Amino acid sequence: MGKQHYQINVNGEAKDVLAEPRELLIHTLREQLELTGPHIGCETSHCGACTVDIDGKSVKSCTVFTAQVAGKDITTIEGLGSPDGMHVLQEKFREHHGLQCGYCTPGMITRAHRLLQENPSPTEEEVRFGMAGNLCRCTGYQNIVKSILAAAAEMNAAKEAAE
Amino acid sequence: MSVAKPLPHDAAPLHVRGAARYVDDIPTPTGTLHVAFGCSTVAHGEISHLDLEAVRSAPGVVAVLTADDLPFANDVSPSAHDEPLLADHTVHYVGQPIFAVIATGHHTARKAARLAVVSYEERPALLTIDDAFGAGSRFEDGPRIYGKGDADKAITSAKHIIEGRLDVGGQEHFYLEGQAALALPQEGGDMIVHSSSQHPTEIQHKVADALGVPMSAVRVEVRRMGGGFGGKESQGNALACICAIAAAKTGRPVKMRYDRDDDMEITGKRHEIRVDYRVGVDEDGIIQGVDFKHYVRCGWAQDLSLPVADRAMLHADNAYFLPNVRIESHRLKTNTQSNTAYRGFGGPQGMVGIERVMDHIAHHLKCDPLEVRQANYYVSNAPAAAMTAELEAVGKKKKKKRKPEPQTTPYHMAVEDFILHEMTERLIQTSEYHERRTAVEAWNADNPILKKGIAFSPVKFGISFTLTHLNQAGALVHIYQDGSVHLNHGGTEMGQGLFQKVAQVAASRFGLPLEAIKITATDTAKVPNTSATAASSGSDLNGMAVQAACDTIRDRLAEFVAERHQTKPSKVKFQNGMVHVGKEAVPFTDVVKDAYMARISLSSTGFYKTPKIVWDRIKGEGRPFFYFAYGCAVTEVVIDTLTGENRILRTDILHDCGASLNPALDVGQIEGAYVQGAGWLTMEELVWNDKGRLTTHAPSTYKIPACSDRPDIFNVNLWSGENTEDTVYRSKAVGEPPFMLGISAFLALSDAVAACGKDYPDLQAPATPEQILRAVQRLQDA
Repeated sequence: MGKQHYQINVNGEAKDVLAEPRELLIHTLREQLELTGPHIGCETSHCGACTVDIDGKSVKSCTVFTAQVAGKDITTIEGLGSPDGMHVLQEKFREHHGLQCGYCTPGMITRAHRLLQENPSPTEEEVRFGMAGNLCRCTGYQNIVKSILAAAAEMNAAKEAAE
Repeated sequence: MSVAKPLPHDAAPLHVRGAARYVDDIPTPTGTLHVAFGCSTVAHGEISHLDLEAVRSAPGVVAVLTADDLPFANDVSPSAHDEPLLADHTVHYVGQPIFAVIATGHHTARKAARLAVVSYEERPALLTIDDAFGAGSRFEDGPRIYGKGDADKAITSAKHIIEGRLDVGGQEHFYLEGQAALALPQEGGDMIVHSSSQHPTEIQHKVADALGVPMSAVRVEVRRMGGGFGGKESQGNALACICAIAAAKTGRPVKMRYDRDDDMEITGKRHEIRVDYRVGVDEDGIIQGVDFKHYVRCGWAQDLSLPVADRAMLHADNAYFLPNVRIESHRLKTNTQSNTAYRGFGGPQGMVGIERVMDHIAHHLKCDPLEVRQANYYVSNAPAAAMTAELEAVGKKKKKKRKPEPQTTPYHMAVEDFILHEMTERLIQTSEYHERRTAVEAWNADNPILKKGIAFSPVKFGISFTLTHLNQAGALVHIYQDGSVHLNHGGTEMGQGLFQKVAQVAASRFGLPLEAIKITATDTAKVPNTSATAASSGSDLNGMAVQAACDTIRDRLAEFVAERHQTKPSKVKFQNGMVHVGKEAVPFTDVVKDAYMARISLSSTGFYKTPKIVWDRIKGEGRPFFYFAYGCAVTEVVIDTLTGENRILRTDILHDCGASLNPALDVGQIEGAYVQGAGWLTMEELVWNDKGRLTTHAPSTYKIPACSDRPDIFNVNLWSGENTEDTVYRSKAVGEPPFMLGISAFLALSDAVAACGKDYPDLQAPATPEQILRAVQRLQDA
């Protein structure tokens, strides 16, 4: 089948992409939009390295067609933080050694970002089970959990201070 | 000084933004082509007919290559030249590459590869250890045998004789980033290759042979890998070679990455092993003699199987003195993926054998396995620096008048740095082992369905490549006119933090802040003839080479400054970005500028070779290791006796990194290694069907530990002694040793099963819920 134009909103910008109906979102992001933060780990929706946020939900971008997300809001790791500064989660993953090889990290942080919106004050166990769809082969997860809990604490403290 | 500080990974600011580049993220020039392999669908046979017409005429296909089209060497083996890049008319396993499709896109190439029509004259396939042993299908003429004393006599005359068998499955590396390569053709037939490889020099070597050019015409660059674990020591050769060949043929850049399923079906894994044991002990459980038979499933080609199987033999003693011992190792050739390096490199397989023996002895004598382990430990005789501070913490200073003579390993090496007696005492205290063991027994007495288990296990792991010539490393350091430092060495970064550790060494030598050191990609054009970043040796070897390079430049600067100040070079100090001489302090950058003007060379190579090692692998005699790294763990688990499901409740680890170069990175290595080791023995199961096809070729069917599988309580601490050998800042290697702490999880599961009856659980690995359920039912039925 021929390629078609689709409008998708990525990291706050409207993008026009040309894709076959069965092209997966991860390939559009990486190959057309040069967003190589989301990584390809398994292409079967199990490892989570390609996790992005679509309309407020964590989605593995190897499980959806680009055609399915036309008109939707997509956030990738590149959309977190600002050019001048890191998002609290990014800072905490760096500070608490929540990464080793780094390949799972963009998906991990993108998922953690959504998790903390679903549940701003998670327990240790809630973090562990909330992150169970994202695989890491290096860290044993200890520092990933630590990073997320530290970020939650700081985000909550900032929220309280603002109120 | 930046050495010993818990600094974050150097690339962390890039990783958290998704800005760190892996091979597949490198922007490629327009016109870049992509490769996919067409692979064998049978385990053994002759290719009787190969029709590639439909593949050639598929849209987007630029070329299709078979073995007959390769211009030079058809070989990607790291050892015995027995591994063709593309099958040479015979296929040896399901997944063996037969032809390569070069096309305009990754998916275009993969789709086209499916259009081939291949017929085979099938031959009988040897898939299992039993198949291969029965058929005499092996590497080397017969088994390797290492030993000491008269094992058979010692066993036969011992009070108790215990026999058993442990089957241990293999393990998929599951690096999150699959294998990948990108070849960029240059003028005059030169080639640049970006590879996700732990061994850039070997990639260079194989690519040069494949192109029929000298190694000097090929440059290989590796910035980082998304995990390696040994799986990128030799398994990246095929991708780099085919990309380079296709790039040379078409004149265009060529890239290849394995899809996950292809990666798991094509590449080798951890060696599956069967350990048969027969041990004789006295009434206290002290081993009088032990006999091991190792049956190692190597797969279809030799790859690194011989040194892997050797290392299994070299760790058959683990931490225990075996006065009479015989180890027989069979390296079996099967029609499955060619098994390869994997964190521990055979060591874990050897070690799990003796740990099983310890457990079996304790069960037989009805005593705590911890006591049997401690009673069989090598004698304590390490120098005070290895543990003085720690001993005070334990509150038990040993005042020995004279150090006992060191005991020797089954390969006749004296163990002179043994610290496990003291480490064990400390961990038993901090983990409250005895109290919890009592609590576990009480729990099991009260609960018929959920049973708990607890186990301690130690690690003594030998550090050095057993192939002695590999224990060398090089470095290249430049200081530019503005005082900035360019750092390069032969080690590769796969997440372990090697670049960060080595940069900390360089910063410390110059007395500079870490920010002044520029870490750069591993590059065969900067540092030649490197060894694989493997055997845990990365920071030991490259740290020392970098130290040598930095010191050469620093000495030149010191001499230059001393001459100006009419003093000795030894009076010149480099600290906090300043160069101190007498009462004067000059910024490092100013000294560099002046030195440049005075025509002082500001660049140097550095070189290091590990001292003291001598090894005869045929006789099994010598000193293969520079030193040993130690660790110990206590794991507590719970099992559901109705389903076999299980959880790790708590893990306590005490691990020895000598004087750690970076405690945060080291603790991270230990945590990750433990979870990976526990995964190997408890949940990661490779299954082949009776046609030799791997049926667990994706994370949907092959389960690695997830965040929710991690121990509920996870306490990791570092032992604070120094390495007694002269290593970089007296640190110790950390990559592999803590992997084997995961053995305690397997033993804890066995302990929980033991609570279900009187017999020995005889648990096999991986102890999946099915295995556990089977063992529970056998004990309950007995």
